[in-house]
Amino acid sequence: MKQDISKLLQKKKKNIIEDWMNMQLADAGLREDLMSNDELREQSAELIDALLKAITEQNLDDFNSASFNTVYEILSGISISRARQGFSPRETGVFVFSLKDAILQTLIIELKNDQETLIEALVAMNKLLDNLGIVTFETFIKGREEVILRQTDEITEISTPVIRVWDGILALPIIGTLDSARTQVVMENLLQNVVDTGSTITILDISGVPTVDSLVAQHIIKTVAATRLMGAECIISGIRPEIAQTVVHLGIDLSNIVTKATLASALKYAFALLKLDVKRIQKEK
Amino acid sequence: MRIVLNKDSMNIEKEQDVVPFRNRVKEYAVKIGMSVVNQTKLITAASELARNMLKYAGGGITKIEVISEGRNSGIRLIFEDKGPGISDIALAMKDGFSTGKSLGIGLPGAKRLVNEFEIKSSVGEGTTVSIIKWKNG
Repeated sequence: MKQDISKLLQKKKKNIIEDWMNMQLADAGLREDLMSNDELREQSAELIDALLKAITEQNLDDFNSASFNTVYEILSGISISRARQGFSPRETGVFVFSLKDAILQTLIIELKNDQETLIEALVAMNKLLDNLGIVTFETFIKGREEVILRQTDEITEISTPVIRVWDGILALPIIGTLDSARTQVVMENLLQNVVDTGSTITILDISGVPTVDSLVAQHIIKTVAATRLMGAECIISGIRPEIAQTVVHLGIDLSNIVTKATLASALKYAFALLKLDVKRIQKEK
Repeated sequence: MRIVLNKDSMNIEKEQDVVPFRNRVKEYAVKIGMSVVNQTKLITAASELARNMLKYAGGGITKIEVISEGRNSGIRLIFEDKGPGISDIALAMKDGFSTGKSLGIGLPGAKRLVNEFEIKSSVGEGTTVSIIKWKNG
C-alpha cells in the first residue's frame, strides 16, 4: 500500500514543529539576543504551514512549481530580516536545515514498514529542502548587499570641498546629512582653509542638506561660532522655505547668524562686507 | 473613525539607520500627497524622535502607518524603545531642557511640528511616542 506523503506530513505537523523547535533550541548557535523564542516559534510555524500547504503528491519533485511561491516569499522575508538583524549565514542556514532533519526523521519513523515509499519520499524532500536552503542564502546575501549599498551611499555623502569663490571668500556646499563626525570634518576643513587663504568670509551652503533637525542646527551653530573665533564671518545660505518653517516650529534660534536664501545673495552680502561693487560694463559709444 | 491603511516597521539600532528611516517616512508622505512643507515637518519630527531613541535608549522600533479619517489621510509614526524611560515627562517636554548635551528642543519641537503627539513612559520599562501628521493640517 502506497501512502500519500503530503497527507502524512500534514498529519504529523505538530510532531515536526516540535522536533524542529527542539533542534533549533538545542543548536549552539541559537541567538536569543537577536530573536526571542516566541518569535522563532512564530516564524517556524508560519513557514511550516505554508510549506505543508504547498506540497501535494504531484509537485513533490518539481520545486519550481508555482505552488511553492508563497513558501519562497515567506522564506525570503525571514532571511532578509535575519541578514539585517545581524544573524550569521550559519545561524540562518541552521533554520532551514534543521527543518529538513525534522521532516526526514518523521518520515523515517512513519514509513519504516514501507521501504520503497520511504526512499522515494526521502529523495524528494531532500531535494525540496535543499532548494529552500539555496533560496535562503540567495536572499540572505541580498539582504547583506543592501546593507553594504547603504554604507556606500553614506560614504559618498562624506565629501566636503572648500571652494574659493573670491579673494577672501570661501564657500562650502554641504550635501547630505550633517552628523557629528561629518561636522568635525567640515569644521576642520573650513578653519584650515580660513588660515591658508586668509579669508575673512565663509559661506556655508546647506541647500543639499535634506533635513535640518536640532542636531544639525547645533552643528551649524558650532561651526559658525568656531569660524568667528578665527576672526572670519560665517554666512549660512541655502535655507529653503520648508526648512525655514521647520526651524521656526522646532524653536531653534538662528537669529545671531547671518542667513540667506541662496548662495547668490550670500555672495552679494559678502561683497558688500568687503566693500566690493559688481557692475555691468557700459559699452563705450 | 481611523482606519490604518498601511503598516510598516523599521528598527533603529545605529546612527546610519536614521537616514534610511527618514527616507522611508518621506516615501509614504509623498505617496499620500502631503505638501513639501508638511513633509519636511514630519520628517524633521521623525528625525528628532529617532535620534532621541538612539541617544537615550540605544535604539528601538519605529512603526510607520498610513491612516485615514473621513476624507483626511495622514501618517502615524510610533517610536517604541525599551530604554530607561522618562521620570518627569512634563520637564522633558519643556524647551531647553536636556539631560544630554543638546539644545533640548527635540521633544517639544517635535510636538510643535506635528498635529498629534502622545508620549507614554515608565521608568525602567521604556518610552513610546506616537505622532500623527495629517495631509491637510
